[in-house]
Amino acid sequence: MARWIGWIVKHKLRPSQYAVLLAIMLTASVGDSLLARGMAQVGPVDLHHLGLLFKALLNPYVDIGIVLLIGFFSAYTTALSWADLTFIMPATAFGYVVIALLGKVWLHEQLTWLRWLGIACIVCAVGFVAGGPSRTEHADLDLMDSGVGR
Amino acid sequence: MMGVHAALHAWAAILFVAVIAVAGEVLIASGMHELGDLDNIRAVHGLGGTIAAVLTNMRFVAGALCMALNFFAMLFALSIAELSLAGPAIAGLTYIGNAVAAKIFLRENVNRRRWIAVTFVTIGVVLLTR
Repeated sequence: MARWIGWIVKHKLRPSQYAVLLAIMLTASVGDSLLARGMAQVGPVDLHHLGLLFKALLNPYVDIGIVLLIGFFSAYTTALSWADLTFIMPATAFGYVVIALLGKVWLHEQLTWLRWLGIACIVCAVGFVAGGPSRTEHADLDLMDSGVGR
Repeated sequence: MMGVHAALHAWAAILFVAVIAVAGEVLIASGMHELGDLDNIRAVHGLGGTIAAVLTNMRFVAGALCMALNFFAMLFALSIAELSLAGPAIAGLTYIGNAVAAKIFLRENVNRRRWIAVTFVTIGVVLLTR
């Protein structure tokens, strides 16, 4: 079984690193949703009423949204310290799926078949990347550049 | 109906936003690759030392500045292009641009599996944001 999983999944991530990827998938989308809800309660902000931005900081939805977005940026930069940008990209895109599903479940929004197709595409993309190595070993590339093994 | 001039302006703004976003993400990724696994740094220098190491990395700082510029450029783009055009176009161009830039500048091994994933992500995001 372990050998079979090792054949499909060509990277060895620690449980904490999977948690970081999960945080990337969830925090940005939930944070954006909470910020949108909070700012809808605060009302439109224009150049003549910038003081409203300070009022927005008293809104709990805005506060939790900001904390989640800081969490996203921390998780994103942490992930980039041990994984390739092209490995992380599908995880960031998965946030769009979370937003769509949150809209469907919480706000009872209608998801058109085109959006379901979009969700399927992103899920497939995550599956494709998750099967490959998380990081390019540049020693291997240097060896390839040198022409060894041609 | 958008005139040719207005459409060109809108696409120039969309392209600019996407280029800034790609530059920001690649610079941040480059900075983090340079630093190495943050868990290892935290084990030696603690959380404060890790945050200091990140914030004093020039590539990371340049990338973060690009992302800040991207935010304002996005506001500008949305003022001259419709959201239904700008949203999917910027997201799609950014994902494709990231993959190309990661291969060229970060020397990432963008193999067939990852190109397929980039294509699926781009199509998926465009479909979801329409």
